[in-house]
Amino acid sequence: MHFHLTEEQKAIQEAVRGTLADSWPIERIHAFADGDADFDRASWDALMALGLGGILLPDSGMGLLDAALACEVAGEAAAAGPLIGQLLAVAAAAASGRANLDALASGEAVATLVHGGSAFVPCARAADIFLVVDRAAGVRLVPAGDGVTIEAVRASDRTRPVSKVAFAEGAGEMLFAAADPITARLADAALVLCAADALGGAQKVTDMSVAYAKEREQFGQPVGRFQALKHQLAHMALDVEPARALVWYAAYAWDAELPDAPRAAAMAKAHLCDVYVRATRAAVAAHGGIGYTWEYGLNYWFRRALFDRAWLGSPSEHRARAADLASW
Amino acid sequence: MDLSYGEAAEAFRADVRAFLSSHWPPAADLRGADLKAFIRAFRAAATEAGYLYRAVPKRYGGSEQPVDVIKAQVIREEFARARAPMEVGGNGMNMTVPTLLEKGTDEQKELFIRGTVEGDYIWGQGYSEPGSGSDLASVRTKGELSADGSKWIINGQKIWTSQGMQSTHMFMLVRTEPDAPKHDGITYLLIDLNQPGVTRRPIRQMTGEEGDHTFCEFFFDNAETPVSWQVGERGQGWYVSRTTLKHERASIGSADGLGRQFAKLVELAKEVDRIGDPVIRDKLAQIEGFVLSHRYTSFRLFSCAAAGEDPGPVSLMMKLLLTEIGHEMALLAQELIGEHAFIEPAGAGGRGNRGPRGPEKWLDQIMGSLGNSIAGGASNIQRNIIGERGLGLPRDLAMSGER
Ligand SMILES: Cc1cc2nc3c(=O)[nH]c(=O)nc-3n(C[C@H](O)[C@H](O)[C@H](O)COP(=O)(O)OP(=O)(O)OC[C@H]3O[C@@H](n4cnc5c(N)ncnc54)[C@H](O)[C@@H]3O)c2cc1C
Repeated sequence: MHFHLTEEQKAIQEAVRGTLADSWPIERIHAFADGDADFDRASWDALMALGLGGILLPDSGMGLLDAALACEVAGEAAAAGPLIGQLLAVAAAAASGRANLDALASGEAVATLVHGGSAFVPCARAADIFLVVDRAAGVRLVPAGDGVTIEAVRASDRTRPVSKVAFAEGAGEMLFAAADPITARLADAALVLCAADALGGAQKVTDMSVAYAKEREQFGQPVGRFQALKHQLAHMALDVEPARALVWYAAYAWDAELPDAPRAAAMAKAHLCDVYVRATRAAVAAHGGIGYTWEYGLNYWFRRALFDRAWLGSPSEHRARAADLASW
Repeated sequence: MDLSYGEAAEAFRADVRAFLSSHWPPAADLRGADLKAFIRAFRAAATEAGYLYRAVPKRYGGSEQPVDVIKAQVIREEFARARAPMEVGGNGMNMTVPTLLEKGTDEQKELFIRGTVEGDYIWGQGYSEPGSGSDLASVRTKGELSADGSKWIINGQKIWTSQGMQSTHMFMLVRTEPDAPKHDGITYLLIDLNQPGVTRRPIRQMTGEEGDHTFCEFFFDNAETPVSWQVGERGQGWYVSRTTLKHERASIGSADGLGRQFAKLVELAKEVDRIGDPVIRDKLAQIEGFVLSHRYTSFRLFSCAAAGEDPGPVSLMMKLLLTEIGHEMALLAQELIGEHAFIEPAGAGGRGNRGPRGPEKWLDQIMGSLGNSIAGGASNIQRNIIGERGLGLPRDLAMSGER
């Protein structure tokens, strides 16, 4: 029985956290957010140099849980770059028996995830490869340019800007048919990684709020001493911290191929994306005026919360699936 | 992550099962005193086998086993499966015995632990008073030494005492040093409740419980207890009362209970033919997100305990989380039972036979779930604890004063 992180897993998270902290101090996030790019090569290379790209390779000795731990830290850092797409493209390509995965696993070729049926794709302009995962139509790998049209839009999430993308009929290569169990597994894995991103972001804004409440003074004392605010912060923590284990379980269930893995993924995505939205709203409220500014930066996580919620299907969509999967 | 308990635990499970299959259940026609005697003998045998009272030394009636949270969990699971009785419940095993093991004198251990383990002593928790609830350290029930210094003479009132009508004894917080700062003037006393200076009276609960089924108030009018029944130093009672059960405390028991209750809520939605309603399905799944968070966090706490690691602030959140989930379930149940809410459930308040009950039986949960937000520390106090001890926010003036 082991259901908490190992020292090794914590060390990996620390390494990712350190690298992303170097890449994405708040000034860099501001600069990226105000620029036009949907990708940042230098930070991506630094992240990929840690070897994250290959986490979901069958012989890596790691699994979706480790991938989720990395995505959690990316969510915390508000990192740019299609980490979830990259991890899953490697997994998909490996599962389809492709021989040379070096360019993908090293992150040299950038892959992004396309949610079947959605026109909005993060980091589309930088992507070399599109992994299209569609429960109803199967999994495709589409190289950039091969029947892909990209239309830039003004994206609300400034750290993971989306574009509108259309694929020509039959573009790219079909890896798995809709009925192939791997299709559903990849779609489930995407939900778990999105939930992990939401967890990281929700924890981050909770930590920011707590730290601010200890430092900001009004009426001659730290505002965190006022019970109304203290209780708001306690509720944020109560919302976020127990939900961590929901993400762990969903990832573990996927890795162990437990029968309830698909449902656990749906529950984790639905629950954590709601938590993230609640946490970012509460964080702005807890900060007062400074929280409402662009400069302070909370808005990046707020926008990421809106992104995670809308991406890959809304919480209510996944709760409806979870209800069906339980045969209610 | 790995949720299996490992081979050693599975071998142990086989032992527990073998034990249970030869000792439980009792013959179907066993009743009354005979059944009681059978259960007593069963508990003794289970203790002898090392399955019950694992934290309690052999000389006091326990099985004195090394700490092993996995074995403890396997035992709980197998006993639950066989519907076999575990340790006697209540304050005695949860509070009195751990406190005595940690802070009691040899004489106190000798006097009280075996009787508690065997179910002969039932303990009331004498903490709350009419004027002292959340601000527990403000208790005013007075303890004064008798002229010869051999006895504490107690005067005052305790209230909301669960199981008060059944209790044979009480552990109580009594003010003995009126001039000391409030946390430092309290002494922790054990007292025999069957004496002329003690009067008890049941208080009817909102759920309708009365008589033997409800909490009580106690009046102390020159009640007496020997000084040798004082636990810990005079004036140190507040700190004695903070002793908690550390031994094999982590369990996923409450998560199993919550999971079962949620499953019943889904059953209710089916019973009242609302399970196809998308709003109800969404609400159920929303609640289940919290139920599962609680469940897997229990696994996490359990796993940390097995590995001897500190899980951090999340352990401070479990009571409030459980309370909040209980509220959400109550609200949905209320929607689902509709007009069944007009009917008082049979046997509510412990009155009479429960018999077959319809959806109105959820009124027990709808009202009962409120007890959680008060008993054992009101929810606002839980929020203070999470904020101050968990998040390190500056202490509220109301909470300061404790060393
Ligand atoms: C079913 C049940 C069983 C019980 N069993 C026992 C028992 O066996 N033995 C025993 O000793 N007691 C028992 N109690 C009593 C219980 O411990 C107290 O009711 C509880 O501690 C709250 O105290 P109070 O009722 O005096 O409420 P108060 O402390 O007066 O609280 C009233 C309200 O004020 C709020 N409040 C108080 N202080 C603060 C603060 N600092 N910050 C913010 N809000 C605050 C509370 O949250 C609450 O909403 C039981 C209670 C119930 C409901």
